Amino acid sequence: MLKFPIYLDNHATTPMDPRVLDAMLPYFQDLFGNAASRNHSFGWAAEEAVEKARKQVAALIGATSKEIVFTSGATESNNLAIKGAFEMYAQKGNHIITAATEHKAVLDTCKRLEKHGARVTYLAVRPDGLIDLDLLRESITDKTILVSIMYGNNEIGTVQDIPEIGRICRERGVLLHTDATQAAGKIPVNVNSDNIDLLSLSGHKMYGPKGVGALYVRRKNPRVQLTAQIDGGGHERGMRSGTLNVPGIVGLGKAAELSAQLMPEESVKHAAMRDRLQSLLTAELDEVYINGTMERRLPHNLNISFAYVEGESLLMGINDIAVSSGSACTSATLEPSYVLKALGAGDDLAHSSIRFGIGRFTTEEEIDYTAAKVTDVVKKLRELSPLYEMVKEGIDLTKVEWSAH
Amino acid sequence: MAYSDKVLDHYNNPRNVGSLDKKDPDVGTGLVGAPECGDVMKLQIKVNPDTGIIEDAKFKTFGCGSAIASSSLATEMLKGRTVDEALQIKNTEIVNELSLPPVKIHCSVLAEDAIKAAISDYKAKAGVDAGAAQTA
Repeated sequence: MLKFPIYLDNHATTPMDPRVLDAMLPYFQDLFGNAASRNHSFGWAAEEAVEKARKQVAALIGATSKEIVFTSGATESNNLAIKGAFEMYAQKGNHIITAATEHKAVLDTCKRLEKHGARVTYLAVRPDGLIDLDLLRESITDKTILVSIMYGNNEIGTVQDIPEIGRICRERGVLLHTDATQAAGKIPVNVNSDNIDLLSLSGHKMYGPKGVGALYVRRKNPRVQLTAQIDGGGHERGMRSGTLNVPGIVGLGKAAELSAQLMPEESVKHAAMRDRLQSLLTAELDEVYINGTMERRLPHNLNISFAYVEGESLLMGINDIAVSSGSACTSATLEPSYVLKALGAGDDLAHSSIRFGIGRFTTEEEIDYTAAKVTDVVKKLRELSPLYEMVKEGIDLTKVEWSAH
Repeated sequence: MAYSDKVLDHYNNPRNVGSLDKKDPDVGTGLVGAPECGDVMKLQIKVNPDTGIIEDAKFKTFGCGSAIASSSLATEMLKGRTVDEALQIKNTEIVNELSLPPVKIHCSVLAEDAIKAAISDYKAKAGVDAGAAQTA
């Protein structure tokens, strides 16, 4: 039986796995201690739980537990990694390389550092969403201290070639930070075989709680040091002060453990659902464009533009399904998705895009319902679309003199 | 964001969707907006040349729900008015009728532009015809 509304926005956040909630509950009341309390059993119990979670998170990405710093989420992890490295390695240089399609937590952090003397290169991406590795190689200078490239993209799901990017960085003696918020727990990520020095991840994108995340900081070959961005009691080896969010950290640990266990089965299942959704939509509709490569993609992501239909009006028609659009009308800034714009496909396709994010609790029935509903609404809106009519009349829309406003 | 009931009503049951014959001398067509801005409205009026009254109006819109509702409402407002009365329609009437929030006011502005563009197209065509009639 279908239950409404259907949730297909798992890149925005995921529902908590009930097993995660069960693991967390004792740490709100009975085991409420401060993990930094060294001289009584309340503190010891909290510390033990935190250290267990640290191992669970480390295991998910092939790290050791001493390399995990708990934070409030991936935004904070990204800020700490980039600002902390910039400050720490100021003697070595001031150049940072990132990409145009990064999350705002990376881009806006870099923009702020530009005001403090950083020189930042924002690599363009190819039409398939991947960065050009030769361009990366050419962009590294003797002043480059950090490359920050996300693992899997939050909008178009494209998976960058992090192992190769890591090799390039290692050869040139430059640190690699990766925002693995969308990838960790979904596809295999290993800080050693991928040559990653700093890695951000978040609890609530992998069926854990909101408000907790982690930053992996390499301890060996090379030993990475960061300047703390939050000062205080010197928690987390001095890198991130603040009383540890014990229940959240326990939840993050459990979520990481479950994701690692379920990944082989889930990644296959989600990719099959994703492919089914794509084939159902493309079977019934013409002029449907996939944004980002299908070759290197997160298994649970599908980002499609339905040409000549505006995204927000489409969302309005499928209001029993929760998804996101790259349309300007759905964003706070009233700008269409900068990620889609970076692919060079044109703003019109950004306005027409829908992001589907499949999750642990998505059913095949929900996929079928979604495909049918989206197909119906797109057809209806195309009946209403002057653009679709013009194209069917053989008019080349690029040759029309539009009154841009 | 939550839509007003009136926006939802026009979105779910858009009035006067369709196209009139662009070549008909009594038909004025307005096409405003741009695909890269995320909204394009096509609004057409059919005027009775004897009375100057708009007898029919049709629209097609690529845009958000508020843009669709604004143009749907515009076609309703146009029917039965004379061309000169139609020129008096202000976007604020659309804003009030649909209870559009501030971020959607541009949709009503676009609808007003579409009305003006359709009328100006009609007048240009009528003017040419009148000129032709005089020289004949």
